[in-house]
Amino acid sequence: MTSRPAPPAASRSALRAQRLRSAAMFLAPMLAVLAFVAGWPLARTIWFSLTDASLGDLAGAQWIGLNNYLEWFDYGDGDGEYFGLLADPGWWNAVGNTLRFALVTVSVETVLGMAIALVLNADFPGRGWVRAAVLIPWAIPTIVSAKMWAWMLNDQFGIINDVGMRLGLLSAPVAWIASGDTALIAVMIVDIWKTTPFMALLILAGLQMIPRDIYEAARIDGVHPVRVFWKITLPLVAPALIVATIFRGLDALRVFDIVYVLTPNNQQTTTMSVFAQQNLFQFDKFAYGSAASTLLFLVIAFITIGYIKAARLDLTGGGR
Amino acid sequence: MSRPRSPFAPVVTRSALAALLAATALPAAAADLSVVSGPVGRDNEVLRQNLDRFEEMTGHSVEIVEMPSSTTDQFAQYRLWLSARNADIDVYRTDIVWAPQLASHFVDLKDAAGDAAGDHFESIIQSQTVDGRLIAMPMFTDAPALYYRKDLLEKYGLDVPETWDAMAEAARTIQQGEREAGMADFHGYVFQGAAYEGLTCDALEWVKSFGGGQIVSPEGEITINNPKAAEALDTVAAWIGDISPEGVLAYKEEESRGVWQTGKAAFMRNWPYAWALGQGDDSAVKDKFAIAPLPSGGDGSAATLGGWNLAVSKYSENQEAAIELVMFLSGEEAQKTRAIELTRLPTLKGLYDDPEVAEAQPSIPQWKEIFLNTVPRPSAPTTTNYNEVSKEFWDAVHATLSGERPAEASLKRLDARLTRLKGSGW
Repeated sequence: MTSRPAPPAASRSALRAQRLRSAAMFLAPMLAVLAFVAGWPLARTIWFSLTDASLGDLAGAQWIGLNNYLEWFDYGDGDGEYFGLLADPGWWNAVGNTLRFALVTVSVETVLGMAIALVLNADFPGRGWVRAAVLIPWAIPTIVSAKMWAWMLNDQFGIINDVGMRLGLLSAPVAWIASGDTALIAVMIVDIWKTTPFMALLILAGLQMIPRDIYEAARIDGVHPVRVFWKITLPLVAPALIVATIFRGLDALRVFDIVYVLTPNNQQTTTMSVFAQQNLFQFDKFAYGSAASTLLFLVIAFITIGYIKAARLDLTGGGR
Repeated sequence: MSRPRSPFAPVVTRSALAALLAATALPAAAADLSVVSGPVGRDNEVLRQNLDRFEEMTGHSVEIVEMPSSTTDQFAQYRLWLSARNADIDVYRTDIVWAPQLASHFVDLKDAAGDAAGDHFESIIQSQTVDGRLIAMPMFTDAPALYYRKDLLEKYGLDVPETWDAMAEAARTIQQGEREAGMADFHGYVFQGAAYEGLTCDALEWVKSFGGGQIVSPEGEITINNPKAAEALDTVAAWIGDISPEGVLAYKEEESRGVWQTGKAAFMRNWPYAWALGQGDDSAVKDKFAIAPLPSGGDGSAATLGGWNLAVSKYSENQEAAIELVMFLSGEEAQKTRAIELTRLPTLKGLYDDPEVAEAQPSIPQWKEIFLNTVPRPSAPTTTNYNEVSKEFWDAVHATLSGERPAEASLKRLDARLTRLKGSGW
């Protein structure tokens, strides 16, 4: 390997060392805070997942290795069975639900968010009001909106069934959040309703960064608007779009509140976070719940890293 | 050795110090207490009345911390607070099945209760005694009944059903008749079918009344996988979409009461609190309904024993005042108010013969009869695993009711999962 030309003088490296030192000093408080609020809890969760801790007696936790994840339990007669999270159909059911939920909601929110952002980006009278109004679902606390939707979707008193029946769209009231076929769909609808504005806002910010003169040039050249969208708008808004989908994806993968309020304890909608919460607090299985939390962390981390790599996103701030 | 040390010296000093502290602390004993309570119906309104009375008598002040009404949600929150040794909550309102799981966090009330414990039903005191410690005092007891519409049974010339089949038959007749008469959203029967602790109660009653046992026997054996239990669940599964709306699979107590109290159901399974509310002035079924023991599936009627108790947190900084409060709220005056205002069943045997209670709530003596037929949930044999046993059970039942898995397969799976959970012992 060829090396760079060596620094001409010792003073240069001294300056460099000094810069590094002050950089480290400036970073230290932030790193300490991060270690305290993120690193320490994460390390503790991972530690508990390797023990037999119970919530009543955290101090008395005993190391049991990876048994919470996978353990061969021998019946003593040569026959046996796998125990642990990786062999638990309940966990895989939760993983499946979460991935389905994340994939569907983020895709639909991206498309709808893009459509809304394009409309809001156009000039029309009263645009400020419309922008504010669109944000309302996002501003309502999730617990409140989930409870509100639970009543709207109620089979006896819900307005959705009432309207559907009056318009003749439904022949009989549908028990949206009760029946297994529609429960997950109902949860998705509520989430899409709630978070599309967030998506729209992020995309709108991206759209406003695109210089106007490019559009003018396109108009002068007589390019068809659809072509303008595919060739100009989409490529230029893509970085903002990708960051927005990552945010939403992370959010969707750890979804808890909507599911917990709308369809608590329903296996069809149990997500990874709900599964972890159940084991951590409702059952006497704190260690098992910690293992689920750890896997949840790993799943999200891998998906995010994979997505960033696939999208070739440059998060270092340089490039281009 | 110049000075022999008395082994009692330190003890004497410490108790003298304690006495001194007690003497100085007592006169200024007005404590600020908080009691956490997840109400159903008007529970907390009446609790507030009781607390006002208590404040007047003692000079303490008490705040209610309100919780959601789902017992499953409450439990998770309480466990979290207690494990974190939260000193903000002094008194917890606890479900009858929680005692073995939370016992280590609560104060032993045995000495404070003294003879008063003997005035309550023995089975309830028993359920709240863990390893010889009385960890909670009963506030009221709960046993569900079959609520039925007197006027509709009369209209269609039907008797009060004593078996589930007769109930389903009557429900079908009435539902058909009422729908033809123009009430399109009328239903035969509503109960609690959401996947939560309430479904465990409902399903235990079906299984038990068909002769299918109690999920886990008092000795700790898993008994749920049997043909009678499967028959019970298949019977109920056939009701969904027939006499019960499909939405019942997401109903808890209040949703089923909502349907019932607006006059849209012929029968309902619910707890005593629904009586007082059904008799309210805004109720469409006022004076039109009565209660009966839940029907039998061939092996007698079964009602799940419910009920709520009051426990004092070990981490409370005002334990004495908190104990005082618990004794007051489990005492005669408070229980009587609850019986009269809310039809919450007293746990004090004497109140069932109280003329004022009988006058205000003539149904109370009837509830006593139902109460005597109650079955406990298997919280005692399964100890700290109860919640998970219950969750596995309600999952299995919910899967069958929603048509996802037939009862036989569902129970077989449940049996395997419980066996695995039990391991070498609960």
